[in-house]
Amino acid sequence: MWFFSSEEKELQKVCRDFAAKELAPKAQYHDEKESFNLAAFKKMGEIGVLGITASADYGGAGLGATAATISMEEFGRACASSTLSYLAHTILCVNNIQNNASKEQKEKYLPKLISGEWVGCMGMSEPEYGSDAVGIQTKAVSVGDKYRITGTKMWITNATYADIAYVYTRTGPEKKNLTTFILEKNKKQFAAGKAIHKMGMRASPTGELIFDNSEVEISHRVGKEGDSIYHMMKNLELERITISGISLGLARACVEQCVKYANERKQFGKTIGNYQLIQKIIAEMSAEYEMMRCFLYSVAKEYDKGNKGPTVAAQVKLAIPKIATKIALDAIQLHGGYGYSREFPVERYLRDSKLMEIGAGTNEVMIMIIAKNLLKTAQTI
Amino acid sequence: MSEERLQLESQLCEEIKKFTKKNIWPEASADDEKQIFRKEIYQKLGDLGIAGMTTSEKYNGMGLSYQSYTRALSEVARASVAYAVTLSVSGMVQNIISQFGNNSQKEKYLSELAKGQEIGAFALTESNSGSDASALKSTAKKTKGGYLLQGSKIFITSGGVAKTYIVMARTGEEGAKGISAFIVTDGMKGFSYGKKEKKMGWRVSPTTELIFNQCFVPKENLLKEEGEGFEIAKAALDPGRVTIGAISVGLAKEAFYQAFKYANERKQFKKPIIEFQAIEFMLAEMNMEICASELLVAKACELLDQIKASKKNNEILKNTFGKYASMAKVKASDTAMKVTTDAVQILGGVGYTAEYPVERFMRDAKVLQIVEGTNQIQRGLIARYLKSEILG
Repeated sequence: MWFFSSEEKELQKVCRDFAAKELAPKAQYHDEKESFNLAAFKKMGEIGVLGITASADYGGAGLGATAATISMEEFGRACASSTLSYLAHTILCVNNIQNNASKEQKEKYLPKLISGEWVGCMGMSEPEYGSDAVGIQTKAVSVGDKYRITGTKMWITNATYADIAYVYTRTGPEKKNLTTFILEKNKKQFAAGKAIHKMGMRASPTGELIFDNSEVEISHRVGKEGDSIYHMMKNLELERITISGISLGLARACVEQCVKYANERKQFGKTIGNYQLIQKIIAEMSAEYEMMRCFLYSVAKEYDKGNKGPTVAAQVKLAIPKIATKIALDAIQLHGGYGYSREFPVERYLRDSKLMEIGAGTNEVMIMIIAKNLLKTAQTI
Repeated sequence: MSEERLQLESQLCEEIKKFTKKNIWPEASADDEKQIFRKEIYQKLGDLGIAGMTTSEKYNGMGLSYQSYTRALSEVARASVAYAVTLSVSGMVQNIISQFGNNSQKEKYLSELAKGQEIGAFALTESNSGSDASALKSTAKKTKGGYLLQGSKIFITSGGVAKTYIVMARTGEEGAKGISAFIVTDGMKGFSYGKKEKKMGWRVSPTTELIFNQCFVPKENLLKEEGEGFEIAKAALDPGRVTIGAISVGLAKEAFYQAFKYANERKQFKKPIIEFQAIEFMLAEMNMEICASELLVAKACELLDQIKASKKNNEILKNTFGKYASMAKVKASDTAMKVTTDAVQILGGVGYTAEYPVERFMRDAKVLQIVEGTNQIQRGLIARYLKSEILG
């Protein structure tokens, strides 16, 4: 594509080959069994993507949003749910540690997370605080030089496999009294609750993180008390851009699968690609894919140049997942009865797509953010 | 609309609601996950009288209108699209036998289907003829005393759990005129079941391949005459579409109800989320679409009941009904898809999990846009009806 450099094209090829070899063949199996493809995750460590945005000092690739989004699209096209777990690890856990943790903490956690020895997750949402994230109630109480943490986190991607959790807690009564910790499973600083059964994204384990009066040394705290808001805001844009890459990958998988099927399937004596109804579906979804891809990578490139903005990241996250779900619905329709059966992947694409309108900030939260910013600045576009 | 009919319908819907609450809801999620169909549930629905609602009382049916029938189906669909579909397809088989069968065929097959003791299924689709149904390849070769069926059918709703199958097979030339309709029953020699489909939704309702390997079907199992099979199928599909519309309405109503309830209970930013316009408008829109769909289904039923009551063959009325049947199917199933998708959105994270039923509703909705003629095929039909209606 015109705006990919030769390095980016090379990365795209590495990710595409990896996805074809390690993710695609197992996607249907793990979806059906609701199981995690741990083997593929470990191999992501071998090809060096688990720390795609992390510094080379700790084994990372030192790349930016564009590179991360390329990997999301390529992996997402083959197996969106494995990609969601990859994202939770790489962007929500590793990148947050890279951005916010001390040198000692980075040295301690990043190499093993980046090599794939450890699985990481991030804990923000709680049962009663989803969209209203800064209202969270998991408490960290300071006792001498330690903290005691109590509470439950909900909807945590990778919870049941995570060795390391990057967790937001409340350390005071004010809305902004939020403090971040890096917690370790083998020190029993958190436990995973039951796995949650889901409509889609079934190869990506989702569960609760439980803190039952966990004792945590101060060395696990990230920055100062009250820094969480700052930490959260810093990573949100990257999250929203890169996660939209998964939707982009799903949309591309739909277009490709539809083209293939329309050339194969015959009805009324000719391949269905001859009918305008089918042509319309394919033409429109391909145009939408191209539009999304230009939008997403343009925003990612600007982000890498330092031109960041919460509005445009929210616009990406609102527009792309929504269109991707629509494309997946159309893809099933184009396949008719076969599209509804598990013999073809398109019904999985739909089930996976829907999550992208809910996870990492729902469409409705994106609407609130975009509208608030537009109305506040009242600038012409 | 008569008072009496309305009262009867409301009473029936109450009974269905009570029944589904006790017998279907508790296992709905687990049965969906494991793809389990329970024949005893179907038989109990039959005991309520809804397995043969439009079939004549002479054959243990209830002899009621399509308007009443579709209300009952909607009510079942609120709890389970899968059982509603089983009822709808078995009803379609009774409709075919009632309309095209001779007396001895009616005597032999209708009662047990109308009582809901047995299930009927309809076999038209083949692997290479879906929308292009008249291109089907299964054959029925004439032999002494009957026919030998050869070929296979796919995507057959209730395959394996049904006893009575209406099977379309070719007895003559290529195209629609060479097709005949047969009654085939479970256990006939040479008739077996192929693989059961794993599906995105409708997981409680089995969808199975039927295989005919030199299956002997006695000549008394031929419906009407040779070559009339496609006409029979077409005549059955229009009322079938209305029932899919009614099932779509039921599903959408339940999804709306769940979303509405949740939006009033769930608090974020210190107030119930229904107080946010983004949610409030979504719910208003959802309900508006449901009401529009319900009216379209009711209109199609009214026309169908008129046709059934009239002695004369009124082509204009038939065409008008055909148009409304297709419109009701498209509008209601598109609405069910939209409303169930929005319901998942309103419930957010929990809506995506199997702990709440809305993700199942969304999965169940999609195939409503595909079965009984895809919504693309329906739009083509509507255009054709319009042509004859407006241009003559």
